[in-house]
Amino acid sequence: MTNLKPANTTPVADAAAADPAAPAARARSGWRSLLPTMTPWLAIGLVLVAGIGLFGLLGPLFVGDPQQIRDQGLTPPSAEFWLGTTQTGQDVLAQLAYATRGSLQIGLLVGVLATVLSAFFGIYGAYRGKFLDDAFSLFTNVFLVIPGLPLVIVISGFVPRESRGLWTIAVVLAVTGWAASARVLHAQTLSVRQRDYVAASQVSGERPWRVIVVEILPNLLPVIASQFVFAVIAAILGEAGLSYIGLGASNSATLGTMLFYAQNGFALSLGAWWWFVPPGLMIALFGMGLSLVNFSIDEVINPKLKNLRQHRKRARRALRLERDLAQRARRTPVKETDR
Amino acid sequence: MNYFLRKLSFYAVALWAALTLNFAIPRLLPGNPVDILLAKLQQRGETVTPETRKAYALLLGGDSSDPLWIQYWDYLKNLAKGDLGVSVSYYPAKVSDVILTSLPWTVVLVGIATILAAVLGVLLGAVVGWKPGTWLDSLVPSTTLLAAVPYFWLALILAYLLARVLGWFPLQGGYDVVLTPGWNAEFIGSAIQYGFLPALTIVLASVGGWLLGMRNMMVSTLSEDYILTAEAKGLSPRKILRSYASRNAVLPSVAGFAISLGFVVSGSVITEQVFSYPGIGGRLLGAVTNNDYALMQGVFLFITLAVLGANLLVDLLYGLIDPRTRART
Repeated sequence: MTNLKPANTTPVADAAAADPAAPAARARSGWRSLLPTMTPWLAIGLVLVAGIGLFGLLGPLFVGDPQQIRDQGLTPPSAEFWLGTTQTGQDVLAQLAYATRGSLQIGLLVGVLATVLSAFFGIYGAYRGKFLDDAFSLFTNVFLVIPGLPLVIVISGFVPRESRGLWTIAVVLAVTGWAASARVLHAQTLSVRQRDYVAASQVSGERPWRVIVVEILPNLLPVIASQFVFAVIAAILGEAGLSYIGLGASNSATLGTMLFYAQNGFALSLGAWWWFVPPGLMIALFGMGLSLVNFSIDEVINPKLKNLRQHRKRARRALRLERDLAQRARRTPVKETDR
Repeated sequence: MNYFLRKLSFYAVALWAALTLNFAIPRLLPGNPVDILLAKLQQRGETVTPETRKAYALLLGGDSSDPLWIQYWDYLKNLAKGDLGVSVSYYPAKVSDVILTSLPWTVVLVGIATILAAVLGVLLGAVVGWKPGTWLDSLVPSTTLLAAVPYFWLALILAYLLARVLGWFPLQGGYDVVLTPGWNAEFIGSAIQYGFLPALTIVLASVGGWLLGMRNMMVSTLSEDYILTAEAKGLSPRKILRSYASRNAVLPSVAGFAISLGFVVSGSVITEQVFSYPGIGGRLLGAVTNNDYALMQGVFLFITLAVLGANLLVDLLYGLIDPRTRART
């Protein structure tokens, strides 16, 4: 009896000691298949996202007070104020740093909330199937066709301004923005649910939540990641729109509120482009960076797309080769006639 | 169940859900809209009778004398009669009248712009996806920049460049105010001139999504066997592009119309604000700033109704185009 335990464990320990690299390498390649391949576009995306993220995170530490009013109103970009000043002489760069932080904050918050909602309705519904699935699907589709922003505007319109905090706006944006990704997750879960190992774990008596979390969820990770990225973009855009029309969270500073003040300060008719261009550009570049990252995540989800990219690369190379050959062919006859 | 019947019943459910949301939102949220509204009405010099109070309470909640389900039933009955109450900010106009005068502006603007963007994006996507590997194709990821641009910001930039700096287009409004609206050439010409910038904004901001979707579908369609067969038969590339590849690749774009339409409508609501366009989006925002809750709810209902109607139309069309959807019971 006392012998049993060591006898059982030795082979495993031996194998690990004999070739420590083998399982580690296998594990790494398993994880690597979940990571996207590096492409120039992915690199651009990562640089954009990381750059803007760092600017939002660290920028506020290096700039002055964004609210400080000076008597140099509406000066164009200069050495002192890199992005000029607003009508009341506030430093646009300082405002931009704080606003970026605010927008990223709400983007992440809504991204997480919306992903949780969509995972619940998409995955749980598809896993349980039958009536619950039909009900959840109907619910999702209904939310999908009801236009989101008008609904958000109406809800925010009814909430009194004092009680319109960051969380209120985040919840409203999440509640109106989860449906599309729930549908994607639903379709993916349906296909994962059919696989044998899921059936095996069900037969062996695993509880439903364990089957979902341990067997199904890891296979959906890339899809969830991609949907999360989409949710963050949508949230930042939605919040910007809401703040721009003055319905954002009270006493918050986001890129949308910056544009709101620029509009109300007649930046457009005064020609103060340095006031209203940077905030929107920041949103657009961050959104572009996230979409580019998403392209690469999509390749992980759908390996066909990766083949596609390689096919494209080959096609490009073939095209170049053809052109070279044609050129050479053209050159050769010329030489022959010369002779 | 029949495909068409199934679609019709789905949109009936969606409509009911929208109506119910409209009923529930003011009752679930803090604040007392009826009192604010009636105070505004009194400022305008109307005597508030108990009947007016009851009518608004039905629309917005706050009347606790009746049980909820009776309120709900009365609310639906009022809607069926087309009674949405009186607008406070356009007093004494009825909400339905205010909406009906502004609805055509938005429907025409968003409708034309969306169709233009879809056709343009699908055509470009088909051309770009047809020859993977060209320089055009390698530019495709940069369209994500256009897709991530906030609508209203693009509107600001276009207004700044084309209207303020170059002076090609008027900065604000829906038509030249010296003209009276009517079906004459002068007025329509003015409306087109004023509507050009908002339309351009919507087209620019939404064309990227169409292009990308079509290109991806095009490329994966090209690897299908029937394309190879068509090539082997010796059909001209033009014919393959037109009747073999594009026709199959465009289907998901048509099916995705629903999601994109909601997106475009949302974007255009705020775009209208930038240009002070006399459409329904401007009315919605005006209603929000003036606490005109009755108008706010009416506009939301109409927008939802329009989007649901357009989606139903597209879905029914889709059933005609793609027989497979009808076959799936």
